[in-house]
Amino acid sequence: MTLAPNATSPISHIVTTGVDKNQSGRSVWKAVATPFQAVSRPLSITLSVLVWVAVIGGWFALTYSGAVKEMFLPRPESVLSTTIRMALDGSLWEHVLASVQVVLIGFVISSIVAVPLGLTMGTYRIVQAALDPLVNFIRYLPVTSFVPLFILWIGIGIEQRVAVIIFGIFFQQLVMIADSARGVQRDLVNAAYTLGTKRSDTVFHIVFPATLPNVLDVLRVTMGWAWTYLVVAELVAARSGLGYISLKAMRGFQVDVIFMAIALIGILGLCTDQLFRGIRRLVAPWAN
Amino acid sequence: MDALTLATKPKSSDIAIDNVALRYGTGDNAVLALDGISFHVVPNEFCVIVGPSGCGKSSLLYLIAGLEERTGGTISVGGKPVTEPGPDRGMVFQAYTLFPWLTVAQNVEYGPKRKGMPAAERTAIVEHFLQEVGLAKFANHYPSQLSGGMKQRVAIARALANDPQVLLMDEPFGALDSQTRHSMQKLLLRIWDHSKKTVLFVTHDIDEAILLADRVLVMSGRPGQIKKEIRVGFSRPRSMDLVMEPNFIAMKREILELLKNDEDDEH
Repeated sequence: MTLAPNATSPISHIVTTGVDKNQSGRSVWKAVATPFQAVSRPLSITLSVLVWVAVIGGWFALTYSGAVKEMFLPRPESVLSTTIRMALDGSLWEHVLASVQVVLIGFVISSIVAVPLGLTMGTYRIVQAALDPLVNFIRYLPVTSFVPLFILWIGIGIEQRVAVIIFGIFFQQLVMIADSARGVQRDLVNAAYTLGTKRSDTVFHIVFPATLPNVLDVLRVTMGWAWTYLVVAELVAARSGLGYISLKAMRGFQVDVIFMAIALIGILGLCTDQLFRGIRRLVAPWAN
Repeated sequence: MDALTLATKPKSSDIAIDNVALRYGTGDNAVLALDGISFHVVPNEFCVIVGPSGCGKSSLLYLIAGLEERTGGTISVGGKPVTEPGPDRGMVFQAYTLFPWLTVAQNVEYGPKRKGMPAAERTAIVEHFLQEVGLAKFANHYPSQLSGGMKQRVAIARALANDPQVLLMDEPFGALDSQTRHSMQKLLLRIWDHSKKTVLFVTHDIDEAILLADRVLVMSGRPGQIKKEIRVGFSRPRSMDLVMEPNFIAMKREILELLKNDEDDEH
């Protein structure tokens, strides 16, 4: 029995292999071990659920067996009850909103400048020549080392946290977007010229739509980084937000609150990631 | 005059190439890619340039399109000197150059839209040319959903929908398998018969050159020069069976001989 490249149902194969172990056992293994082999949706969902169950199961095992003290690793249900308690008294939403607000403001300001500037940089060699050395220098500066400077310059308000996020993602966005603009097939631009596109319209009519799927991927990835820099900024100077409550919880040995904050950032990150995938499917349907 | 009459009664101009040269680099590293190229393509003519790869035949088309700058000589299309690319010179490329973010219909509509043509006229033109290339049913597909041959058919429709004065074709069927290439050649001849555009077609396929052309220009390489001009007198419409006729084979042998001498010169 041979497996089709796009196996429709893994379960049916597993069932049939049970009947004829000698031959199909090997071919199932071969199908699983083949690089880039397509995996059916039920199988991939099953696998991802199993990994989650294993991780959370391991957590239960570590805490209930007493292997790790509850002061360092809280029990899963105490994280859950803390979350529910803080959700009910409203403090949770206040902090989540504060964090989301900072991330969104920083991300939007950075992206609004980085997308057009990056596309221009990738399209016009002269802009590239002017900006590239500076951008690549700044790109490698550790963002965290600028936090004291930002506090000195702009204080400890929301502006400081927004500045840290912008500084953290802007130059990375710029470089990646410029790279994808530079990768636009030259004959695509030539074809546009022979169809009457003006040189000054090239960025808007050709480079922008040609790189749109890539640009959205860059935005999706840098959105994840924005969450990281948010926590950096909030750990240093903030009076609200998920990073701030983590720091406060550490001082009071409330490990469950730290866990809750981490999990929430993960969930929020997952949501924005899915949101960007959805937007990409919607505005760049040709690239799926 | 409505859009369709415009599209079906198209403009057609001559191409005048005089002593054109193209040099890459400077000083000792300079490479002379084209040297002393002169020829004239008359309105409505189907002219094919055949030559070995690297002889500069594609560069010559890019010069006429205005996509590259020549280092000597003059090029004019319809009496107008070429200084930059423009919609009067439509081009079909060897690489697939459909805009992947536009549907088939939107690709064909692209040129007329740039010109500022009203939507109703554009729709009529798109319908007409998709009909011509037999892809009316695929109007709402994206290029990524099409085969290579279909993509090049749309590319031809897109170039013609813009009503250029001349059509430049740079080995447009080079990447296709031989069956698809034959059907594309047939299709191109039929469309050309309807539109009677001036066509300058570049290929390294000798069969293709003779089958399509009113006149074949044989080019040699390093530096690229026009070696010989051969008039192809076969009556039209031509069938693919022509390739087996003795006259066809004689002409093919002559071109092969010319290209072979060129190879010998290099050794």
